[in-house]
Amino acid sequence: MDPALYGYMLYGISLLTVGGIYAILVLGLNIQWGMTGILNVGIAGFFAIGAYTGAILTTPPSPNHLGGFGLPVPVAMVTAMVLCAIIAWMVARLCIRLRADYLAIATIGIAEIFRLVIKVEIWATNGARGIHRIPKPFEGLPEPMNQIAFMLMILGIVLVLYLLLERAFNSPWGRVMIAIRENEPAAKAAGKDSDKFRTQAFVIGCAIMGLGGALMSQYLKFISPAATEPLIATFLVWVMLIAGGSGNNRGAILGAFLLWTIWSGTEILAGWMARMGLIGSDMLTQVSYLRVFLIGLLLQIVLQKFRGGLVPERRVPMKAK
Amino acid sequence: MSEPLIVLESLSKSFGGLQAVNDCSFEIASGSITGLIGPNGAGKTTVFNMIAGALKPTSGRVRFEGEDVTGLPTHVLFHRGIVRTFQIPHEFGGLTVLENLLVVPADQPGEGLYWTWFTPGAVRRREFEIREQALETLDFLKLSHLRDELARNLSGGQKKLLELGRAMMARPKVILLDEPGAGVNPTLLAELADMIRRLNTEVGYTICLIEHNMDMIARLCDPVIVIAEGRVLAEGHIDEIRQNKQVLDAYLGETEEVA
Repeated sequence: MDPALYGYMLYGISLLTVGGIYAILVLGLNIQWGMTGILNVGIAGFFAIGAYTGAILTTPPSPNHLGGFGLPVPVAMVTAMVLCAIIAWMVARLCIRLRADYLAIATIGIAEIFRLVIKVEIWATNGARGIHRIPKPFEGLPEPMNQIAFMLMILGIVLVLYLLLERAFNSPWGRVMIAIRENEPAAKAAGKDSDKFRTQAFVIGCAIMGLGGALMSQYLKFISPAATEPLIATFLVWVMLIAGGSGNNRGAILGAFLLWTIWSGTEILAGWMARMGLIGSDMLTQVSYLRVFLIGLLLQIVLQKFRGGLVPERRVPMKAK
Repeated sequence: MSEPLIVLESLSKSFGGLQAVNDCSFEIASGSITGLIGPNGAGKTTVFNMIAGALKPTSGRVRFEGEDVTGLPTHVLFHRGIVRTFQIPHEFGGLTVLENLLVVPADQPGEGLYWTWFTPGAVRRREFEIREQALETLDFLKLSHLRDELARNLSGGQKKLLELGRAMMARPKVILLDEPGAGVNPTLLAELADMIRRLNTEVGYTICLIEHNMDMIARLCDPVIVIAEGRVLAEGHIDEIRQNKQVLDAYLGETEEVA
């Protein structure tokens, strides 16, 4: 195969893989914000817990960090979700009653505590140097089959989550969630235990975020505190949901792939522009600023022109029979 | 008929330095339409909030069917049979008019994720029953033509009707109506009063309503309880209330001259 074409193919695979992992994170946030109106700005915290749980459980034993325990990858994924769910439940016990802006502040704080603990508890996490040699599913297969298989696994998970969440959203459960989002006192007056439902949404969303973290650490084969920065693990996920369409699972997925394409595409674009002599090669180091600018610009355009995101909320309620 | 469904015993509520409700005691008789009137800020809505569990009283008790239900959360009281409406319509804007009603009834297994995912058949069957009930309710409220409209697009009066509809969907024992007639035009007001009367006589709901429209109070309510400055000022048939010197001074004075 033509090397250039092969390169593009690998790029496409990586785009779909990472885009898919982001889609999982955005679907998790959509349950919380899109459906139920829970303002969780601590995605990075659950992403980090999921990533490190997966890493510590699957890596071979190492003197640099806790474990590794060399467990199979599926065990790690399930454990990451369960652990995130338990932690999310404890967080919810403390602060799910807080209203939107207070909850946002609380979740930022909690997420940063998680991230700081990971950074400083070197015995468990190897601190800033991170955890290496994380096993990646299918890596035994020859190139590029291993990449394609991993991509298909991610896309499969996205599909399964989409189907489950879409049914949930269109069901009486989703109806209660929207009722709580639209008017919590009235939802209570309609007999709904809103704290219980909000806790459910928070726990399920955070478990899905933990899964996303575990998958990302497998993809990168490496995790360090720098890979859990709020810019990439919280802010970007929020922009994906808002731009794609809050309250719409398809919008959430579209937003993830679109924004990730822009995010990673800026590098290629800048490289291409440098080769064409349009920008100096010294500019290449500053390309990360360009991507933040582009994302901001896109968000502005979407918010001005498409109030509900590119694919706005739309429910197709379950049929009565 | 006269057996009390709800009994308030020395109910008090203060917000910081403000004594909103002060040693307030009265009964709501089973099967009655009890009216609650009084000046703005008298504490009527606060009383409602305490009966419905939205606020915990500072002191005093609420008894429902003889049991102490003081301080139970709203959703628990809902399942006991107490449902309330709001003075300012609290519609679920992002849901359709029909869904606003569908969301109310209890015992929909589809409100649990497990059942939604793994036993959709049972969810659909219950949904069918609820839907029938909701369509009847819309018919009763004359809102059928707006069935699939998002509730946020309704007019103020239509939202008031929807508010009543959500209470009806609960099939409660008692409905607490907080100013059902506020901001409603005279024609609709007459219809609304008629609906409330039918809910009481035909369906058998006990109703307690806060209202400033004396015409509506006179047409519907017996007894009428007057609340002023957080306490019960007078209680009785509307004709007695209209003669009561204290009530005239505190509340009805000007209204009466106009009428």
